[in-house]
Amino acid sequence: MSSHGIKDRVAIVGMGCTPFREHWDKGTDDLMIDAAEETFKSAGIPKDDIDAFWFGTAQSAMSGVPMASALKLEGKPVSRVENFCATGSEALRQACYAVASGAYDTAMALGVEKVKDSGFQGLNAFPIPNDGTNRTLTAAAMFSLVLPAYAEKYGVDKDELRRTVARIASKNHHNGARNPRAMYRREMDVDAICKMAAVAGQLSVMDCAGVADGSAAAIVCRAEDAHRYTDKPLYVKALSFVAGNGSGLIDSSYDYTTFRECEAAGLDAYAQAGITDPLNQLAMAEVHDCFTPTEMVLMEDLGFSKRGEAWKDINAGVFDLGGQLPVNPDGGLKSFGHPVGASGLRMIFEAWLQLRGEAPEDRQIATADRGLALTHNLGGYPGEMVSFVGIYGSQLG
Amino acid sequence: MRGIISAAGYLPYWRLERSAIGAFHGGRGAGTRTVASYDEDTSTLAVEAGRLALASAPSGLEPETLWFATSTPTYAEKTNATIVHAALRLPSSTAAFDAGSAVRSGTGALRAALRSSEPAVLVVSSDIRTGPANSPDESAGGDAGAALVVGDESAGSVIAEYLGGASVTHEFLDRWRAPGEARTKSWEERFGETQYVALGQQAFADALKATGLVADDLDAVLVAGPHARANGAVAKKLGRPVGVTLSDTVGNVGAAEAALQLATWLETATPGQTVALVSLADGADVLVFRTTDAIGSFAATRSIAEQIEAGNSSLPYAKFLAWRGTLVPNPPNRPEPARSSASAAGRSIDWKFGFVGSRDRATGAVHLPPARVSFVGGNVDDMDPLPMADAKGTVVTFTIDRLAYSPSPPVIFAVVDFDGPDGTAGGRLPVEICDTTPDRIAVGDRVEMTFRRLNQSDGISNYFWKGRPIR
Repeated sequence: MSSHGIKDRVAIVGMGCTPFREHWDKGTDDLMIDAAEETFKSAGIPKDDIDAFWFGTAQSAMSGVPMASALKLEGKPVSRVENFCATGSEALRQACYAVASGAYDTAMALGVEKVKDSGFQGLNAFPIPNDGTNRTLTAAAMFSLVLPAYAEKYGVDKDELRRTVARIASKNHHNGARNPRAMYRREMDVDAICKMAAVAGQLSVMDCAGVADGSAAAIVCRAEDAHRYTDKPLYVKALSFVAGNGSGLIDSSYDYTTFRECEAAGLDAYAQAGITDPLNQLAMAEVHDCFTPTEMVLMEDLGFSKRGEAWKDINAGVFDLGGQLPVNPDGGLKSFGHPVGASGLRMIFEAWLQLRGEAPEDRQIATADRGLALTHNLGGYPGEMVSFVGIYGSQLG
Repeated sequence: MRGIISAAGYLPYWRLERSAIGAFHGGRGAGTRTVASYDEDTSTLAVEAGRLALASAPSGLEPETLWFATSTPTYAEKTNATIVHAALRLPSSTAAFDAGSAVRSGTGALRAALRSSEPAVLVVSSDIRTGPANSPDESAGGDAGAALVVGDESAGSVIAEYLGGASVTHEFLDRWRAPGEARTKSWEERFGETQYVALGQQAFADALKATGLVADDLDAVLVAGPHARANGAVAKKLGRPVGVTLSDTVGNVGAAEAALQLATWLETATPGQTVALVSLADGADVLVFRTTDAIGSFAATRSIAEQIEAGNSSLPYAKFLAWRGTLVPNPPNRPEPARSSASAAGRSIDWKFGFVGSRDRATGAVHLPPARVSFVGGNVDDMDPLPMADAKGTVVTFTIDRLAYSPSPPVIFAVVDFDGPDGTAGGRLPVEICDTTPDRIAVGDRVEMTFRRLNQSDGISNYFWKGRPIR
């Protein structure tokens, strides 16, 4: 496979992100307008000067029309993209490639989800007509399969592992409490999380991503043009994407302690960016903590921890806000909330703030001078998922 | 010689203690009744019974006709027997018909099969007997399926020869129910009893005449019918030992009662025994059988006696009421399932109804569901169908989902690795596990597959397979 990447050819020059909330008073249009306006202002580019748009939403709209209509774009190409919960990242990826190809000078990627209009708890996928034999398990239940498998494989006590993943939720709530845009801003201690009733396997609602409405956006341009718009652009170092073929579900060798798609996307991204020691080269990582065991496994799949040791590193505070590699300094899906189509861009928004030194003081990471941030965004289930890994840097080279 | 080639009964795993009904409403109750799980309907009960009967029949036996009788069909207008036909993977040349929706239809289908000239006919019957809370049917009824392979020696060894019989038809109102209603109403009990005693005696006498037997030639009589008092009264008049009593453990299973009694009796019968099956429903039907030497080598795949022992009587009465729709609990706040697509289901009939996967000819990789492109090596359109309905598997990991929509939460779900044919690996599938409770499942548990109704939407019953602990 040739994955050449587009390192240092495209730069992010403006970003915006709405608060993630139960926005009962805002529709999909309002959320898009809020995120887009903040982003236009951030880059100092009026909307008419953006050449093309990529519009990511999992199931709040169809086609490019809703975005063109909300923003009243005139004669612009707008592509609606969808790739499960990695939809926002996919929008950015397409916008970056369009600019890198030379087709456009500037492009906007915008992700939005209006989840809270469904009337049901949690996230519920669109029913596509089928033969009725598909699983109807919730995502929480599918990801809950990780914990017993991991405990068994690495000989970790089940209760200790349960506390370890509760520590992930606690850490992300600690970070989110310092983020005015986050949905849940209350700190939660490990004991309180462990005491909650299980909803799927060992997982309680406090192990699950917050369900929120929101939108986030980015404007990209050719790297050589970046300083026209900002003194502190983020250069795109790597964009990697893997769509799994679902074989994990039917392959008896799959053991539910790893997400193959994420590992593959990570390796590809590191190769594109020239990263060899992610734990020490990266300033921060935003990863897809849809459920607490997911974040644990990702520490290994992304090479931050050795196999079988993420749980120890988590307990040692390696990924805390003040740790060796801060993970989800903005609170993650857990605390910030998860408007599906917006989440991938929300992750990049935190990289934008942190690497530019614009995060609020109480969650500013000490590692920012390393100048590199990673975002990881997945969609689907263990054995059957899509995975995105992006890497961004404050410097060329 | 024509008669029974194979016989089987299927009893659902769950039992209701009749005392649990009494404890709620006030009153007493003795014994248990069988209870179809929330994901079973009369069609799935018939499938399970049919699987067992065919497993005990000569391999490769293909009945010319499938009859399916129940008083509580899932569909009207649409044939239910075709669902059974598909799940049993019978050839398309096997005709499949529903036999009415009256209790008498169970015996009627059996009689038709016995009097047919086709080499083999599969007769399945099943019922789910409920009625309103605290009704006699709720307590005395039971849920079960029964299946009989009927034919002549060209199709397989006959274990019980059909010697002949007699029918008496008489129109009178004893029990009746409008289609779609839960409650079966009945006339004064004594009226029906009087009618049935006369009808039963007449049919019995006619049957003896037809077979050239006298009453003393009979080792046992089996008396089936929805009217318990009439059954007892007729049995007493006939003066022969009653061969089977299922009322204390199973309950009266309606349209399947006659076949279930016969299958139960055959399990312990010895060569040369003669039995009269007396069915009292809107008349009387008597069928007389004599066991052959072949009964000695007939082995039920899973005997009814075994299934009676294996039941779980911890089912709370409230859950029983919820499963039957008498009590409507608040559902989880999740979208209800969308209806399954007829055309999509039609394309995947072997998978959906038959649980047939595919196996890569080159690598042996098993695909559940069947696939055109192999996940090992990528070969295209180079697979053989792999029937997996009878495969056993092992729980690799599992979870309890308390959020997912289910007619009876929580959902128990396991990743299962199947045994393939001849010691090969049989592939993996994450499947829902039924007939157990969250505290009873463990990694390493052995499971088998069972045909269930996953849900209903827009009047469409959505069938597929689930795992069930091997007991």
